[in-house]
Amino acid sequence: MSNPYVVPAIVAVTLVTVAIGFYGLKLARTTSDFLVASRMVSPTWNAAAIGGEYLSAASFLGVAGLVLKYGVDVLWYPVGFAAGYLALLLFVAAPLRRSGAFTLPDFCQLRLGSRRLRKLATAFVVFIGWLYLVPQLQGAGLTLTTVTGHPYAVGALLVGAVVTANVALGGMRAITFVQAFQYWLKLTALLVPAIFLLLQWQADGRPPVAAPDGPHFPAATTVVVDHPATLTLADGSTTEVRAGERLFFDKGDPVPHVSTVDDTRGADWLLPGDNDRGLFATYSLILATFLGTMGLPHVLVRFYTNPDGSAARRTTLVVLALVGLFYLFPTIYGVLGRVYTPQLLMTGRTDAVVVLLPGAALGGGLTGQLLAALVAAGAFAAFLSSSSGLLTSVAGVISTDVIGRGSVRDFRLATLLAGVVPIALSLSIASLDVSQVVGLAFAVAASSFCPLLVLGIWWRGLTARGAAAGVLAGGGASAVAVLLTVVGPPLSGWPAALIGQPAAWTVPLAFAVMVAASLATRRRVPSDVNAVMLRLHAPEGARV
Amino acid sequence: MAEARRTRVVLAEVGRRAPDHDRTRSELAEQTQIGEALVRGLVRAQLALALRLSLVVAIGLGGLPLLFAVAPEVSAARVLGVELPWLLLGLAAFPFLVVVGWAYVRLAERTEQDFVAVVRRPER
Repeated sequence: MSNPYVVPAIVAVTLVTVAIGFYGLKLARTTSDFLVASRMVSPTWNAAAIGGEYLSAASFLGVAGLVLKYGVDVLWYPVGFAAGYLALLLFVAAPLRRSGAFTLPDFCQLRLGSRRLRKLATAFVVFIGWLYLVPQLQGAGLTLTTVTGHPYAVGALLVGAVVTANVALGGMRAITFVQAFQYWLKLTALLVPAIFLLLQWQADGRPPVAAPDGPHFPAATTVVVDHPATLTLADGSTTEVRAGERLFFDKGDPVPHVSTVDDTRGADWLLPGDNDRGLFATYSLILATFLGTMGLPHVLVRFYTNPDGSAARRTTLVVLALVGLFYLFPTIYGVLGRVYTPQLLMTGRTDAVVVLLPGAALGGGLTGQLLAALVAAGAFAAFLSSSSGLLTSVAGVISTDVIGRGSVRDFRLATLLAGVVPIALSLSIASLDVSQVVGLAFAVAASSFCPLLVLGIWWRGLTARGAAAGVLAGGGASAVAVLLTVVGPPLSGWPAALIGQPAAWTVPLAFAVMVAASLATRRRVPSDVNAVMLRLHAPEGARV
Repeated sequence: MAEARRTRVVLAEVGRRAPDHDRTRSELAEQTQIGEALVRGLVRAQLALALRLSLVVAIGLGGLPLLFAVAPEVSAARVLGVELPWLLLGLAAFPFLVVVGWAYVRLAERTEQDFVAVVRRPER
């Protein structure tokens, strides 16, 4: 790969991010400024910032990669990533803002007055935050390897270091401006190349995206084998290949199926799956993404920057629209990837499709190179913004609940601590699909914080013990499922479905345990529950 | 002790006394039975609204996988040259979510305005 514009584009995005952070640093004078942006952020800025923070490597790279591999069934990822904001709007946004809670642990203490529940919530915030940070750094490593040829570790370390330094020095005020800028950059970086790609596809005579005999190579291609595998050719015959072997394919040759890469072909790719396990996995994914967004630590802290509950609602609606607009585009990349970059189906690194597609479809001319650079810049914006937001919130809870009382010095120390762990993990963990790891983070959030927030906001009967039991049961079960998926042995059949997409049973489990345990400890309902309910639900205009 | 803490949580500006005629609002703050009933009513109305709209989404979007599974001819149907599931999930789902969210914001604000109107009504 010799595209002279990619590295300058990545460097420019990184420098602008750091520069805006530095500009913010000069404005941040007090501890309160530093942490909550002084609540002077307007709803439009705030919505763009939430969108910018939310659209991570999973959205920017991962969705297109999954569509390339699995087709229509994974469209539930973008739909769910957006629909999560509707659930947040319906059940959480305004009451959470009115509660005055800044983080989830704050909410626990405020609503249920329990220090122990607060500690438990802190542990889950840190777990979910780290689980979500690792794929961001993974995506950064993958992108840098793909576009520059540098080793995987360089990208992961670079993004990790930039983000850690920026968050430690700038705080959240800076982050708000950075994030809002990143949203528009990410949207542009997908939208503009997508228009050129669709025009090119039109000009090429609309090659079929789902040929009955599977994808074909658009040009002569050489594939170098890294791991031994079995290839299944279009006529059904199989051949064994060894590591180091070179395979040559002519233009128009069908792409063989590789035994080590899980992908779908023909009607399986084009049409929704219809077996029981597929249906279970789909509904599990829907539950995890629809209900998980409200439990993501970096999403909730943003609500504190709204002036009141109504503004929190309006902000959430704008976020839903902005995020929905963005998700129209990754699908286009995944679909056109079937035509222009089918070799990724042999390597399995389909997450690279967004970055590779402009070059592959538009050729090595100036337009192709500039658009490829734009996409790479957008991808880096995605890593920088999501990991900044996550790191801010993880560092926030560590600095207030683990180290000290949340002074600026504590926050900086906590940022270093919070940054080092995911960087180390991203260097050592096997390369799973970026979106799947993020999907697991959603499942844990949906099985721990979603019941806590929804029942805490709407049900007077919740007790601290009930909440803790529910979080431990649902969150614990989903966390074990995540660990089994990431480090455990490969599974197949129903165990694979139940462990790989756990939300369909862990979310109901969490709700059931939380309600049952609260009813069993009914006498421990906090005595100030009426006052707290008034505070959560009474509109600001009705407060005397 | 509990009394003092409750007042501090609810009243942003304790110093400013509510005028005598504004009894409902002070009742609200002091958590008398009427105030409590008012808040319970508000919470119930907002929760019912949120549940109704999530039912719309549960049927409108959540019903799709089941529909595709039991009626494969629906998922194989082509509209404008594209298979229906791709259009529904890749395109139509997002404006649908925004419209539901927009409806919620309008209706929730109206519920709150009604509540404020009741609370503000001077009782002479």
